[in-house]
Amino acid sequence: MNFFDNDLTTIHNQLVNQELTSYDLTKQTIDALKETDKTIDAFLTLDEANALATAKAIDEKGIDPDNLFAGIPIAIKDNIMTKGLRTTAASKILENFTPVYDATVMEKIHANDMVVIGKTNMDEFAMGGSTENSAFKTTKNPWNTTKVPGGSSGGSAAAVSAGMVPFTLGSDTGGSIRQPASFTGVVGMKPTYGRISRWGLIAFGSSLDQIGPFSRSVKDNAALLNILVGVDKRDGTSVGDHDADFTAKLDAGVKGLRIGLPKEYLGAGVQQEVKDAILAAADKYRELGAIVDEVSLPHSKYGVAAYYIISSSEASSNLQRFDGIRYGVRAKDAKNLNDVYVDSRTQGFGPEVKRRIMLGMYSLSAGYYDAYFKKAAQVRTLMRQDFANIFKDHDLVLGPVAPTTAYGIGEDVSDPLTMYAGDVLSVPVNLAGLPGLSLPAGFADGLPIGMQIIGQSFDEATIYQAGYAFEQATDFHKQVPTLGGNN
Amino acid sequence: MAISKEQVTHVANLARLSFDDAELSQFTDQMSEITDMFNELQAVDTTDVEPMTHVVDLVNVVREDVPAPADPEERKALLANAPDTEDGYIKVPAIFNNGEDSAE
Repeated sequence: MNFFDNDLTTIHNQLVNQELTSYDLTKQTIDALKETDKTIDAFLTLDEANALATAKAIDEKGIDPDNLFAGIPIAIKDNIMTKGLRTTAASKILENFTPVYDATVMEKIHANDMVVIGKTNMDEFAMGGSTENSAFKTTKNPWNTTKVPGGSSGGSAAAVSAGMVPFTLGSDTGGSIRQPASFTGVVGMKPTYGRISRWGLIAFGSSLDQIGPFSRSVKDNAALLNILVGVDKRDGTSVGDHDADFTAKLDAGVKGLRIGLPKEYLGAGVQQEVKDAILAAADKYRELGAIVDEVSLPHSKYGVAAYYIISSSEASSNLQRFDGIRYGVRAKDAKNLNDVYVDSRTQGFGPEVKRRIMLGMYSLSAGYYDAYFKKAAQVRTLMRQDFANIFKDHDLVLGPVAPTTAYGIGEDVSDPLTMYAGDVLSVPVNLAGLPGLSLPAGFADGLPIGMQIIGQSFDEATIYQAGYAFEQATDFHKQVPTLGGNN
Repeated sequence: MAISKEQVTHVANLARLSFDDAELSQFTDQMSEITDMFNELQAVDTTDVEPMTHVVDLVNVVREDVPAPADPEERKALLANAPDTEDGYIKVPAIFNNGEDSAE
């Protein structure tokens, strides 16, 4: 099975017409994936036996012609709880952890008869932008295996990019779906905060975290989001109905849509080829009938500082639960309770996670709270107002996802400030709680360039509408990597 | 505003983490650099700006506190994740410093 050439509708029709069984699809997917993953290292855990058994049961039940996702394979970022299937958040401290329950999104995946193939690699606890912070392996970019796939959902992005699976789930706290989608040339959606239940997502920054889908096309992405959303009584921050249809406006075109291009998103520090691709996309939208003009997000340059204070503060609290007592790895030589805490955490967490916990603890500590946490929360209000001002007379905001294309493995990992600076264009969306889509918009030296379409809260449908129009008018999403080779 | 090693040690203690001398030096330098970046926020005028700690207008979601029946299989699976158990309980080392089984 080749997921490069077959979209969801094609595979679904083959399953419905019994030209293909879910079992064969699953078997072929896993066989091909094992081979490809020797090069890409996208997966932490494969669930071969269960996946085949699930597929067989779905075949026996019969493929529901009205359920696009019946019998379709998917892989899941390893910070989402999968009942009975090891879930590590790519951390040594959870190396042997097996959830006793499914995240709400997993219940929805199973209710729609999707086949879960395995769990994908990520930066430890979703902290990072390259997957180099995984305690277990570094995922390679399918377009050039000396480059990072981005992160933190790098395994999920690379698995779709390399054609291993048609769909994956990721999570996005400051860009962790959109940036790897950009680096690997696939489509990734960070929905509005609250759209998808966070119940069963291992918490990082609870006011920022959102789960979202990866796919090869805008249309398939919108279709998958349809089955993931809805208010959940187990997540008090979840909102919205279960019946939203994000595919409804796909064919509406962009005539008359008002799109803002923030000048700060095309300023210093953004790679020339990335700027050129975004300006070309803006021209394409004009050609298709949209009204594109320059807008301003004056506080966006403070986004990285505000984001790292807020997300690290929330993380320092959320990660207190990893104490070596009830689950996870406990330090062996600890003699008393305090040693259990200190030694288990010191041995179990990697350097980036420790850095975030320390920064957060410091930002919240007596004497620094007003200067750091409170100040960052005030700047967050201003950033949300910046977007609100634009949306008074615009439907969408367009810009790059990241300032550069994928960088080399090992290049930035030892310098946290350089890594953090790469998040400047993605974190404002999380701070404001808005939805943002990354989709392919060009190439530079054989590496994909992603563009970001940002919408108003709960208006993912208009984002997909604009994304689909662009996709229909271009062929960037049809390019496929020759794995590991020169593109 | 540079951060001192003493401050880093204090925060590490709050965070239940420990660092050897080399790590402590590295974390002190890195945290100083990162908090310098944080200090850029001081340039923003936030007079009369409300801090925003959440995106959605939160209301408390409450329910009756009714115990649900415990599934023995789930209990077994939960305990299987614990590093050390005995007789269906999670086992931890002595809480005081006098070593295991101290009665003092």
